[in-house]
Amino acid sequence: MVQVCGLDVEPIIGLEIHVQLATRTKMFCGCPLEFGARPNSRVCPVCLGLPGALPVINRQAVELGVQAALALNCSIAELTKWDRKSYYYPDLPKNYQISQYDLPLAFDGLFEFPIDDRIARIRILRAHLEEDAGKNVHDLPGCSGIDLNRAGTPLLEIVTQPDLRSADEAREFAVQLQRLVHYLGVSHADMQKGHLRFEPNINVRIHRDGQVFVTPIVEVKNLNSFRSLHGAIAYEIPRQVEEWLATGVTAATGNKRNRGWDDTREVTVPQREKEEAHDYRYFPDPDLVPLTVQAAWVAELRERQPELPLCRTERFISEYSLPPRDAHALVEDRATADLLDHAAEAGGDKVVLGKHFLSLWARFANERGTTIAGLRISPGRLAELANLVATGRINATAAAQVAEAMLANHDAPTVLAEELGLMQSRDTDRIAAWVTEALAANAAAVQDALANPKKARAARGFLTGQVMKLSGGRADPKIVGELIDRALAERAGA
Amino acid sequence: MSTPDTAATIAAEVAAGRRRAEEVCRAALGRIAARNGELKAFLELTAEHALERAVAIDRDVVAGRPVGPLAGVPVAVKDNLCTTFGHTTCGSRILAGYVSPYSATAVERLEAAGAVIVGKTNLDEFAMGSSTENSGYFPTRNPWDPERVPGGSSGGSAAAVAAGFVPAALGSDTGGSIRQPAALCGVVGLKPTYGRVSRYGLVAYGSSLDQVGPLAGTVTDAALLLAVLSGRDPRDSTSVDQAVPDYRGALRDAPLAAVAHGLRIGVPAEYFGAGLDAETEGAVRSALRVFEQLGATLVDVTLPRTPQAIAAYYLVATAEASGNLARYDGVHYGYRTPHPADIEDLYSATRAEGFGPEVKRRIMLGTFALSAGYYDRYYNKALRVRRLIQEDFTAAFDHCDVVAGPTSPTPAFRLGERTADPLQMYLADVYTISANLAGIPAISLPCGFTRAGLPIGLQLQGPLFGETLLLQAARLYERATDWHTRRAG
Ligand SMILES: [Zn+2]
Repeated sequence: MVQVCGLDVEPIIGLEIHVQLATRTKMFCGCPLEFGARPNSRVCPVCLGLPGALPVINRQAVELGVQAALALNCSIAELTKWDRKSYYYPDLPKNYQISQYDLPLAFDGLFEFPIDDRIARIRILRAHLEEDAGKNVHDLPGCSGIDLNRAGTPLLEIVTQPDLRSADEAREFAVQLQRLVHYLGVSHADMQKGHLRFEPNINVRIHRDGQVFVTPIVEVKNLNSFRSLHGAIAYEIPRQVEEWLATGVTAATGNKRNRGWDDTREVTVPQREKEEAHDYRYFPDPDLVPLTVQAAWVAELRERQPELPLCRTERFISEYSLPPRDAHALVEDRATADLLDHAAEAGGDKVVLGKHFLSLWARFANERGTTIAGLRISPGRLAELANLVATGRINATAAAQVAEAMLANHDAPTVLAEELGLMQSRDTDRIAAWVTEALAANAAAVQDALANPKKARAARGFLTGQVMKLSGGRADPKIVGELIDRALAERAGA
Repeated sequence: MSTPDTAATIAAEVAAGRRRAEEVCRAALGRIAARNGELKAFLELTAEHALERAVAIDRDVVAGRPVGPLAGVPVAVKDNLCTTFGHTTCGSRILAGYVSPYSATAVERLEAAGAVIVGKTNLDEFAMGSSTENSGYFPTRNPWDPERVPGGSSGGSAAAVAAGFVPAALGSDTGGSIRQPAALCGVVGLKPTYGRVSRYGLVAYGSSLDQVGPLAGTVTDAALLLAVLSGRDPRDSTSVDQAVPDYRGALRDAPLAAVAHGLRIGVPAEYFGAGLDAETEGAVRSALRVFEQLGATLVDVTLPRTPQAIAAYYLVATAEASGNLARYDGVHYGYRTPHPADIEDLYSATRAEGFGPEVKRRIMLGTFALSAGYYDRYYNKALRVRRLIQEDFTAAFDHCDVVAGPTSPTPAFRLGERTADPLQMYLADVYTISANLAGIPAISLPCGFTRAGLPIGLQLQGPLFGETLLLQAARLYERATDWHTRRAG
């Protein structure tokens, strides 16, 4: 509940999201999906809607659709079919769109995500497959053109129940959904290329004098950024209250309106519409046979379903002792997150691996303009390096040097550390000699360590430092500590 | 003027090097040149392409390379099948000048088998009609009587075969469009099981009913073409992955003798009721007696939903057509109105000027049937009737092997006789529509002539994928009679 014009107002928001699927080819033909190709160069008789051409279902699109729907906890239809949605528009070559009407691919889902210290639970009404239209091109001299490269691109349309209650919540839903479909590889989810498009349905419940008034639903068309989605909803809520105060009009059959978003003025604007309500005259597409979705196949996809980003982030925080922000960023890149898990499975120390992924590997990846996974180092090698550090055989500075060497050649970290002379020395005779040398050269510190309780700790640390210096950093600090303690004890006893 | 040999004879002789495909092609073009001006069976001749193909086949024969089962056979193709050569207009002004960038699967298969396609034949615009008078260009005339229609919508293909221009042609059948013109022109016409032949490249009218099929002078030639056309096509999801039997081999003496005795011919009372021309009924009943003499048994069957078939057909077909024909809007290809005021005007003026009256009538009927509030009352109800018709046939085929009856209630009518009354025209398909609704195969073959010398067609319908037995029954009858040896003109 929010306060608008002194009234208690409850926004009711549902979302329709079009997700462009990351298939190799279009929904019903073999044309490649390619952004930015020369206009009308990625077309064929089928996606041009030429006389006599027939559509054939792209199995990969169905598979990606099912994967997304499973991640949204949807039920998958056993039988799904294709329908024609009729309307005339120049970028729609057949003047009907092949979509799914009464038997969508998936339905009855639930998407949960954290927001403001709580978990939002948004029900998914349905998810269905359809083909995209082309694009009208208006920047030609003296005429309009049509680019049909996009025509026939597979889309998954996800429709939520009107469970969202604020612009912030709707935006977070969209952000989390984008993250999810990208993570699953279902979509490239590139906002710049319009891979996700949002159409919020917005109205408000106004509470006044114990009565509830519901404003007409407004659908804002074709929003392709999180910012415009948030802006359109944030603008609509007070606008609808003001309009209701001025006109008193409440929701009724047939008074749902479409509005557009003006990105520069940051306002929604009425869209020019024909007087009569749209009748899309849906009917089953006789060119496509209904699709029986095999339960075994769905089970197999469910089995293959990866751990979803939100769960994985939580696990990374606890398992690898990562700060939440870093865990979140790491999980964004699924290949890198997988690599971390694989390195841990290979026996690598988890805490050290976590540190390495955040610091040294991240730095090398950045320098080379790639991701950690893109550095192409095997999980086994990553684990080996982490364990050299964890068991104290090399120190952190040495680890960075070994890591750099690992990028240049394929030798194992242990071999590299030895070659570079970075392996901590465990030769107690040599270390003992360094200890003797250091104690002899620093009598005052020895004295402090033995007899001055205020300075004993610092003096001992200083002596350790001196031994490390003499060893060139190669002495195992643990052994150094033990030998210094033993030498001091001998002197105390003498 | 020479009558052409059968496709089977030509293919055998060309393959054996006894005749040159080029010579066969030139002879066909000669016959066409002599009489097509009068009959107007073709919208366009593709002589240059045909001769090129024929010469290529001759080269293959000389070089000893294998040639297909239709080597050198001149074939005519209905102009609603896409071809990369010539134009593809569907008999419509809205596709005047349209050149397809690809060929229909049926056309590709014919050419791969060695057929030489000599031209594109006339049809009722977008295959909507039963007389070829709805062509956006000109009507075709019946070779047996040029004052009469050849039937439709594959009237051009039927006339081309009947006139002896070519031994065989391709047609399409949505509600009888192969069989009814075959009957009216005295040739054989076969509508295969839905899904038997790919629809890819067949310009859609009623997609769930449309099927490509052959028209030919003999049953054997029809079988020869069907064998080439049949089979799964990955580009058509509704084509069926089912083995293609040896249709032609099934017509040899031994397998024929095996089926003649005990063949059960179903005779539905519903096909012999009011509206059936007396001479037609007489010829069909005589044909049934011939079957009896051949050892077949006549069985009374009932197809009680036959009277509802026309109504169901005109809802299903037109609903699908309203979607299929939406793409002809002047935006992307085909005819465009010269001076549109805006995009709405571009759409409506292009379609008003480009489509003929029958196409507009069916688009409006189909649009209405799918409209909000009417969908259940019309379209859904038609689908229910369709299922009942399918059940009728399933029940009938429990008692018989094929269902026999007239193909058309009347022989060829005069040009202009029915154009003013669409409902009268729709009745021409009363016996043929059910097979499309049920998806079953059906064949029409000559079974006599009226006193005025007009051909009469016998229709045989079989169960799904029952083409073999259908062809065998047809061939048994053909072998026992000589109707098919008569030639028009
Ligand atoms: Zn394409």
